[in-house]
Amino acid sequence: MTSIDLEARGIGKRFPGVVANHDVSLHIRPGRVHALIGENGAGKSTLMKILYGVQAPDDGTIVVDGDPVTFATPTDAIAAGIGMVFQHFMLADNLTVLENIVLGAEKRHGIGGAARQRITEISGRFGFGLDPDDLVETLGVADRQRVEILKVLYRGARLIILDEPTAVLVPQEVDALFANLRELVADGCSVLFISHKLDEVLAIADDITVMRQGTTVGTADPATATKHQLAELMVGSELPSPQTSESTVTDDVVLELRDVVVTDDAGRDRLSDISLTVHRGEVVGIAGVEGNGQSELVEVVMGMRRCRSGSIHLDAEDTTRLRTRGVRERGVGFIPEDRHRHGLVLDYPLWENRILGHQTRRPSVRRGLINRAGARADAQRIVEEFDVRTPGIDTTARALSGGNQQKFIVGREMSGEPRLLIASHPTRGVDVGAQAAIWEHIRAARRQGLGVLLISADLDELIGLSDRLEVILRGRLTARFDPAQVTASDLGQAMTGGRDA
Amino acid sequence: MKRSSIVGAIVPPLVAVLGAMAATSLVIAVSGGSAVDFVATIFSVPNERVLITIINQSAMLSLSAFAAAICFRMGLFNIGVEGQYTVGACAGAFFAGSGLVPGPLNILVTLVVAMLAGAGYALIAALLKVGRGVSEVISAIMLNYIALTMAGYLVARYGETSGYTYVTAEIPPSSQPLGFNLFPNAPGDVWALSTLAVIVGVGYWFLMSRTRFGFDLRATGESTSAALASGVSVGRMVLIVMALSGAVAGLVWMPAFFGSVHSFGPPENFQAGLGFTGLAVALLGRNRTIGIFVGAVLFAFLAGQSNALQQEGIAKEVVDITQGIVVLAVVVAYAVVGRRRAQAEQERVARQLDAEREGVSA
Repeated sequence: MTSIDLEARGIGKRFPGVVANHDVSLHIRPGRVHALIGENGAGKSTLMKILYGVQAPDDGTIVVDGDPVTFATPTDAIAAGIGMVFQHFMLADNLTVLENIVLGAEKRHGIGGAARQRITEISGRFGFGLDPDDLVETLGVADRQRVEILKVLYRGARLIILDEPTAVLVPQEVDALFANLRELVADGCSVLFISHKLDEVLAIADDITVMRQGTTVGTADPATATKHQLAELMVGSELPSPQTSESTVTDDVVLELRDVVVTDDAGRDRLSDISLTVHRGEVVGIAGVEGNGQSELVEVVMGMRRCRSGSIHLDAEDTTRLRTRGVRERGVGFIPEDRHRHGLVLDYPLWENRILGHQTRRPSVRRGLINRAGARADAQRIVEEFDVRTPGIDTTARALSGGNQQKFIVGREMSGEPRLLIASHPTRGVDVGAQAAIWEHIRAARRQGLGVLLISADLDELIGLSDRLEVILRGRLTARFDPAQVTASDLGQAMTGGRDA
Repeated sequence: MKRSSIVGAIVPPLVAVLGAMAATSLVIAVSGGSAVDFVATIFSVPNERVLITIINQSAMLSLSAFAAAICFRMGLFNIGVEGQYTVGACAGAFFAGSGLVPGPLNILVTLVVAMLAGAGYALIAALLKVGRGVSEVISAIMLNYIALTMAGYLVARYGETSGYTYVTAEIPPSSQPLGFNLFPNAPGDVWALSTLAVIVGVGYWFLMSRTRFGFDLRATGESTSAALASGVSVGRMVLIVMALSGAVAGLVWMPAFFGSVHSFGPPENFQAGLGFTGLAVALLGRNRTIGIFVGAVLFAFLAGQSNALQQEGIAKEVVDITQGIVVLAVVVAYAVVGRRRAQAEQERVARQLDAEREGVSA
């Protein structure tokens, strides 16, 4: 089978207000697993979209097998032998494996026997073990991922881009995926493996390229590189160290959860017997691999989800049955995980976004009427105090960069002297400067007696900001650490439930 | 308001109207009529009788459009305005005709009855949506048919005969408000209750832009997820907003009822179709107060002028084509303008910030 050799030279891509990529160079050699690593927001996704023809680069060239190419659409990239497996699967649950694979590629081998034969052949050759007639809804996550990979192979891909493929997998599944990938490269395929998990990268990669702040900052040889070296390349030398100074924890309980159980629509437990307290002046960090119940925990505290049993108290008041508005009125600030979906109305100007979540409180609203002057003045205050880079408060939220949107949300949620802040990934996808500013604001508020429930996937953030760490695993709080003493490997083991790891 | 946004609000509908006139002319020319006569007739100065009709029809159309717009702003599609105003008209007419309440007070109480009936009818679709997840569009369409059929049945069962048809009892003369006699020589008045459109319009503007309820409603329409996280109880909002929309819908036919018809009995003593046209007017006016008034006048104007087309040998129904194309063109034009504007703003912000950054580093 043919192999492809892809080289990106000096790729640049600008979006309004942000340079997403500049001078990015990368050489993916045939028959190798090439790992692309970097922090969230380092520009990996943009590069990946450029390689797959989703976006066109502003500068630079892509060279396939020595010839410069331009991809106007993913169709062009697929024709050139490039396939992409997105982090969020794009499968129709109510169709079979076969139907999902041939969907949109009916011209290759039809939809009948020839297609089935080809699928069985690929599946067998790479040890996927997929039955073409299984319904996708009956498959687990790892199998679905294999279906996605099979889909791109079926379309003739010789270079497969995998966007954080292990984020959704448990450790054994990761091993199985790596076994599949080795079969693929043995067959002459190349793999671009995007990740920020250094262990995995060292385990699977043949070549490593590191990205930081929109550009490629170096390459490493996995045979000789250490995790420490890679981490330094990824974050740079001047890592903003989120060190909480002296403890400001008091004995007053702000938030108390007792034996909270949350079930989903199918009746499965999403949270089991969660008991947790947050004191005034304390930051409690929740560590865990994403999807282990963090969202449910946030939603149940915010009154967006009902608990099946157990109770929630804010100060001494039982707030178990309160809805979101009631919870917010009692002085709970909320920095949601997804700022575009939950934190902002993107098409509203900043001053109207100031009102959001504070619809029943001054200065935005008085006796059911919008106080424009009050909301505008306070939006202006937030812009100044939190250094939101914007031409003005009449600018729509959409026009701002992610970091500035997030600073505005943080400023808003800290308005009106909240007693509790629920911060879900407060610095995800923001630049380093904004991250440091947000951390500083959280620390300052903590000194004033704010209680904070911090959910994050960023271990530096968790360790640096928290007074206490709780680990969430499959809907349970399974371990508790003192951030001053915990090591990354302790935490990693607790988060994955792998005592033997 | 900034100059660019005024231009952005006015140019698209203007282009749409001109485009629609051109397209309609083309249709007429192709089918062997005279496009020149069509344009000349539509743009002629309306006579006094037509002018009064235009005013009255504008009032009813804008009431219907406000009913639709209340829902549109929250992202709900209340296609059931048609049925809700039919039910409101029927209930109001039975009540007013009964003469239970004497004199002018009868008018006021009847309006309340019509609003309650419209609201109650809208709540059926709302409850189905919130409780069972039934699309409000599907249920409301079905309810539209049920409304008209049911009203016809009720009138036949409990009404009086009038010639070949059944109607509700006529309003007692003491409860018939005087209209505004704009032109002493022309037949007909501007109906007293046409002023309802202005009252509802001002109320709509105030509710949407000045109250917390309006903010919650609009935020839900723009981003349901963000509204939820901000503490809006979306299910409850659906019920309240649909009921409010139905209540306004209940008023739609009241100007004509009290102003000239005085009894209800479809098809003669009732004007059907205002609900559907109201949806189009709301779209045309982008759910904004002024926009809805302008759209309503435009539609009423086209319809009013269309009668004279028959004298030129052109079917008056061609203005339906014009109205349809106007709505279609305006929706497209606003989408284009909106996208352009968002892009321009992002670029402006980026430029300004770049300039600032350079200023700092220099």
